[in-house]
Amino acid sequence: MQRQNKKLTRRQFVTGSVGAMGLLAILSSPFIAVLNRARAATGTAPITEGKKPTRAWCMVIDLKKCEGCVTIGVPPQCTQACIAGHFVPQGQQWIQVYEVESPGGGTFFMPTPCYQCDNAPCVNVCPVAATYHNKEGIVLIDHRRCIGCRLCMAACPYQRRFFNWGTPKLPPEAAFAEYSPFYPVPAVKGTVIKCMFCAHMLEAGKLPLCVTGCPMKALYMGDLNEDIASNGAEVVKLSKFLDENDAFRYKEGLGTQPRVWYLPGHGQAFGRKPDDHREFKTPTWTWGDSGFNHHPGIWPWGEDF
Amino acid sequence: MRTGIENYRQRLEQTALNPLAQTTPGYYTFVLFLAAVVAWGLYAYVIQLRYGLIATGMRDVVIWGLYLVNFVFFIGISHAGTLISAILRVTQAGWRTPVTRMAELITVVAISIGALMPLIDMGRPERVANLLLFGRFQSPLLWDIISITSYLTGSLIYLYLPMIPDLALMRDRLGDRASAIKRTIYTVMAVGWRNTPEQRHRLEKAIGIMAVTIIPIAISVHTVVSYVFSMTLRPGWDSTVFGIYFVIGAIFSGIASILIVMAIFRRLFHLEEYITEKHFRYLSYLLLSTLFLYLYLTLGEYITIGYKLEEEEKHLLELLMLGKSAPTFWFFVVGGTVVPAILLLIRRGPTIPRIVTAAVLINVGMWIKRFVILVPSLQVPLMPFEFGAYAPTWVEWSITAGAFAAFMLIFALFAKFLPVLSIWEVAEQAETETASSRVTEELRAS
Repeated sequence: MQRQNKKLTRRQFVTGSVGAMGLLAILSSPFIAVLNRARAATGTAPITEGKKPTRAWCMVIDLKKCEGCVTIGVPPQCTQACIAGHFVPQGQQWIQVYEVESPGGGTFFMPTPCYQCDNAPCVNVCPVAATYHNKEGIVLIDHRRCIGCRLCMAACPYQRRFFNWGTPKLPPEAAFAEYSPFYPVPAVKGTVIKCMFCAHMLEAGKLPLCVTGCPMKALYMGDLNEDIASNGAEVVKLSKFLDENDAFRYKEGLGTQPRVWYLPGHGQAFGRKPDDHREFKTPTWTWGDSGFNHHPGIWPWGEDF
Repeated sequence: MRTGIENYRQRLEQTALNPLAQTTPGYYTFVLFLAAVVAWGLYAYVIQLRYGLIATGMRDVVIWGLYLVNFVFFIGISHAGTLISAILRVTQAGWRTPVTRMAELITVVAISIGALMPLIDMGRPERVANLLLFGRFQSPLLWDIISITSYLTGSLIYLYLPMIPDLALMRDRLGDRASAIKRTIYTVMAVGWRNTPEQRHRLEKAIGIMAVTIIPIAISVHTVVSYVFSMTLRPGWDSTVFGIYFVIGAIFSGIASILIVMAIFRRLFHLEEYITEKHFRYLSYLLLSTLFLYLYLTLGEYITIGYKLEEEEKHLLELLMLGKSAPTFWFFVVGGTVVPAILLLIRRGPTIPRIVTAAVLINVGMWIKRFVILVPSLQVPLMPFEFGAYAPTWVEWSITAGAFAAFMLIFALFAKFLPVLSIWEVAEQAETETASSRVTEELRAS
């Protein structure tokens, strides 16, 4: 009891130190803001653009025109252009064309890029903000930050995300590319990768590679703010174009609000009929024979499969 | 009467402290074996670090595999400690005393091993600090981190607090039978415990507070583990019942784990006098009731999606019940619930082997159930393409084996260092029991 008069009691010590910690936390908050700004300046934080008219990028895919390139006997040219332009690792199809069975018989071809959802499940679940919306509504990935937990892949209801399971085998020229979330080349081992609407092309005022690569001009890049869209050959008024062609979005009911609209049809604009059985070819790569650098088998000895 | 209690206490201390002072060659062999398995697991992890997750069987469609199955499994059995020590303590079930320490130990070890699993599953493990630097509270993964670290901290405190009197006992009683280092550690860890009424009062209060605090934390842990899955738009995962479903599943496999651990230590450390058939029976009642709860929730889960048969859900159910996953699914149903239920209900044959067999079956079944929840949901195509395939590689199996070996290894080391029986609580319980029996005897006599 006597000692307590001279010295600090335990209670005083605890309340005093908690108070001091709290004060320190409040006082240091401006420093944290400064640190964040410094981090943004060194480029570890997501890049935000300067003053330009804000775009709201979207894509329109005219299914009446898409015929999976079966009529010209080559793999889908949108996918091929994408692979060539981004040094896409073997096996990943950032824009993939599916042959879908129509409920009324026959099939149609459906090109599927990343839908750049406004309410993106992948962005919602990312634990480190490595995947994010830029101001123009494109969902980008910062591969310098991604930790490879693949929660975004689990969350994506369209399976439009891919993972670099190993070090991708890429052609030597990929090594010269300057990486940015706009142009994720070369692909980084242990991170998630996907279509980013060719943000690097858009920034330079050009159309995405798949849009220019499509021989049927079935893909349109659009700007919701300016209300126009173009496939490289014609320019249309976006809202009218979508309305007049009964546009729909894939899995609208999920509430993800994709930025990709489809115009229904099955390639009939180019004369493809449901009973047309010409071969649908899969894309090819000129690099990365088996995709990644290593293929361990199910047993410790040897690399099989 | 007095001497009876004294004798009991002496025998108890003897039995509980003996394993700490004497070590058999069998023990060393076992520890070496476990260490070898852990080392093999580490080697597999080095391979994985070197080549990336390409070393696993996971690919772009089935993006998660054994690691996450183990994660859910270990976090599940970690609920053992909370249930036994916290809930039974709060409800003042006196029979819990001989099993509390083991239960709390399962909790601490299982969370530690379980929490490692998502780290092993990461594509860029060297960036783990990003979770703290750039962590987003909107992400279910952050909820997991907060919940699991709180649970680990809480459980460590909760394991340590009731151990203080026992540590003091070892400091005082082991004497020359323990090495100088051991004695120093016991002295430091006993934090000057002299068993004064004041100290006792404070300890009881602290344990009481921790017991109440740890229950909601434990429930939150398995709830948010389930949220990692149920926050997605996937067939089978997109479910509102997942939180409680996982919590009940966790308690279910947790009780089964305690039963197994109890049986092992009872045999090895000759604890037959303290861990009796009664303990197995009481715990088996709890096990049976959680089994029925789990069955009820499982039925509710599948019947609500099976009745409506949305396209993706239909694919999932076909895969589970008739397709490639059917053997695992039906093994869970029959081997993991029906057979254990029969074993627990029909009381024929020796009690302890019967209950322990049920517990082992339940734990195997629950591991498989976690696999069944995780993998087939990922195999179902969300786009117009084929089902995904998944076959774990040797790297994944080795790391899994390493994790289980590490779990047992930590247990084995702990048992050589600290008593697996809460000596003072068992003694106290024996005292109150004799006191109450004396009172009833006196009442009967009068």
